Formats: sequence, C-alpha cells, structure tokens
Amino acid sequence: MKVVIMGCGRVGARIAALLDNTGNQVSVIDIDSQAFRRLPVAFGGETVIGTGIDEDILRRAGIEDADAFVAVTNGDNRNIMAAQVARMVFDVPEVVCRIYDPVREDTYRRLGLTTVCPTTTMSAIILDLVMRGNEDEGHGRGGDG
Amino acid sequence: MYIIVAGGGKVGFYLAQNLLAEEHEVLLIERNPQRVTEINDVLGMVAIAGDAAETATLVAAGAPRADVVVAVTGEDEDNLVICQVARAKFHVARTIARVNNPKNENLFRMLGVDVTVSQTNYILNLIEQAIPQRSFVHLLNLWHEDLAIVDAKVSESSAVAHRALAEIELPENTAITAIARGPSLIVPTPATELLPGDDIIAIAHQEQEDELRRLLV
Repeated sequence: MKVVIMGCGRVGARIAALLDNTGNQVSVIDIDSQAFRRLPVAFGGETVIGTGIDEDILRRAGIEDADAFVAVTNGDNRNIMAAQVARMVFDVPEVVCRIYDPVREDTYRRLGLTTVCPTTTMSAIILDLVMRGNEDEGHGRGGDG
Repeated sequence: MYIIVAGGGKVGFYLAQNLLAEEHEVLLIERNPQRVTEINDVLGMVAIAGDAAETATLVAAGAPRADVVVAVTGEDEDNLVICQVARAKFHVARTIARVNNPKNENLFRMLGVDVTVSQTNYILNLIEQAIPQRSFVHLLNLWHEDLAIVDAKVSESSAVAHRALAEIELPENTAITAIARGPSLIVPTPATELLPGDDIIAIAHQEQEDELRRLLV
C-alpha cells in the first residue's frame, strides 16, 4: 500500500520505517531536511521537503494515488488542516490525524476525522499503571492489608 | 454586534480599531502577552492573551454569544481551525478567515469558512488594475457564486470589434453589463456595436473568465 506521512519526528519516522520494512511504498514530508536523519539508513521510501498543508507538496509526495495519509507534525492545527485536505481534496481512503489537545480532538472526531490524541491515551495508560500498582499492594503504602 | 478577532498583528489591530469606532463590541485574542499589553494601552481593555484555537480561550472570550469570529493570524492552519471550532463548538453564525496563501482560498470555503479574505490576491489585483494598458482586468470576486466582475478592452484585432452584440456568442455564464467608451457609459442593447478601445464591464463565472478574455481582447 502507498502511505504519505507528514511530519518526520520520532513518531513519523518510526511509522515510516515500519511501513517501509513491511514492503509498503512510503513518502515522508517535513519542513526541516534535518528531520529525515531520524529515518533508518536503509530507508527505501521518498522524502519531500515542505509543508503538508500545501496541496502542491502533497501532490509531490504522491497523495493523489495514496491509500493512506498520516498527519503527525507537532502542530495540531497543521495536522487538522492537512488531514482535511487529504480527505476532502484528494479523497485519500484512510486519513489519520494526531491532535494533542483533547478538546480539539473531540471536535474533529465528531466532524468525522480519524484522530489520535496522545494526551488522553497516555494519561489513561499511565493512570491504569498507577492504579494497578495500588491494587497489587492491597490498600497501598502505609495500608494495613 | 459582538465580534471576536483572533490575531493581534497589524490586520487584527486595525480591524479591532475600526470595528470599535463603528461601535461594535470587540474582543481581540492574541497569543503574545506583551503584544496584548501594547494593544490594550492604545485601544483600552479589548485584548486578552491566549490561543484562539483552544476551546478554553474561546469560552473565556464569550464565543457562544459572538455574532462573528474573524481569524486574522499569519498562519492559515490556525485561521482555519479557529473558524471551524467557533462554528462546530459554539455555533457562531459567521466566520471570516484571512488566507495568507492564496492557494487556500477555495479550500477554506469548501471546509466551511463563510468568508475568506486573501491579502495577496487583493494586492495583486490592485496592482494589476493600476498597470496601464492591461487588456483584461479582474476587478472583483463576488462571494458565494464564484462570479467575478472583469474589465476587458476591445483591441483592433479582436474578433468582436465592429460587431453588434446580437451577433456575438458569449461563453456560458457570462453577461456584458456595461460598456465604457471614452467618457460615456453605454448600457448595452443587442444592437450596440463594439468598437476598438471600448472597455467592457462583464460578469463572468470564474471558470469562463479565460474564454471571455480570448473572445473579447
């Protein structure tokens, strides 16, 4: 499958590497050419310098026949805008958008975007681990159990 | 009216100042606290510090009772999200966005922003109009219907020169509304003959603009 990834930070670079390893056609967009150093040396996909909210840059990255688009820059609004361009202008079948702000994430999920909110996800996982530790020790430190 | 302006740069500042002068209730949201202080020093207490794309900021700004939200920051993605959040979460009736990259103008309207204002396009347009001897000038976009008002100068070699309007087949979705000939304005009838040097003021669907240019110029 063909996947376009916007944002080559830790998450973007990792997704790109995993997809590339499993035989997918990948292109990665980032405004900073230095960001591509996060990709493995053996990375076989394409890299495009520019901003993913620009339709021409998305075209250069091959969005027109992409099966999926992933927006993982560190700007919520940039991810939201690019995801909508991918979906509405280029009809990409699978569009995933990272949004750190839980309220904005909720808003755009309701508007039909496929969203991931690291803030709520991480909080839930950490809370779960904290609470589990508490349960293991019965009533916690200082408890009598 | 209660108007929320997002972005306290030059555009936001002068917009707020003008709206206040017209006795609207205005609140300006600006990210940089120092800029907020500067604005409040000049305009009175009209600006608050915050990120206008954050719901909490819009709540503090009283977005639920706002009639209009205008997003005029320097970043298109911020302007888009501010307008969309204002509409989706607070049901603001009218959202207006400044578009920094002219390429985004159609996109914004497709994504639900009511009105887009592209500075770059306006400036290009004004300069085009000021350049003498331009044969085809795009004067104004009309909102909603993708229509434009254009000014075309008939040349000696034009296919329509010395012909009556009744004989000319105009492209679809175009209408000649007036002809300026020297100092006089002619209201066109089917019998009106077009002469070289005439300025034709026409309304055209934006898709037919090029076709009209080829026909008249």
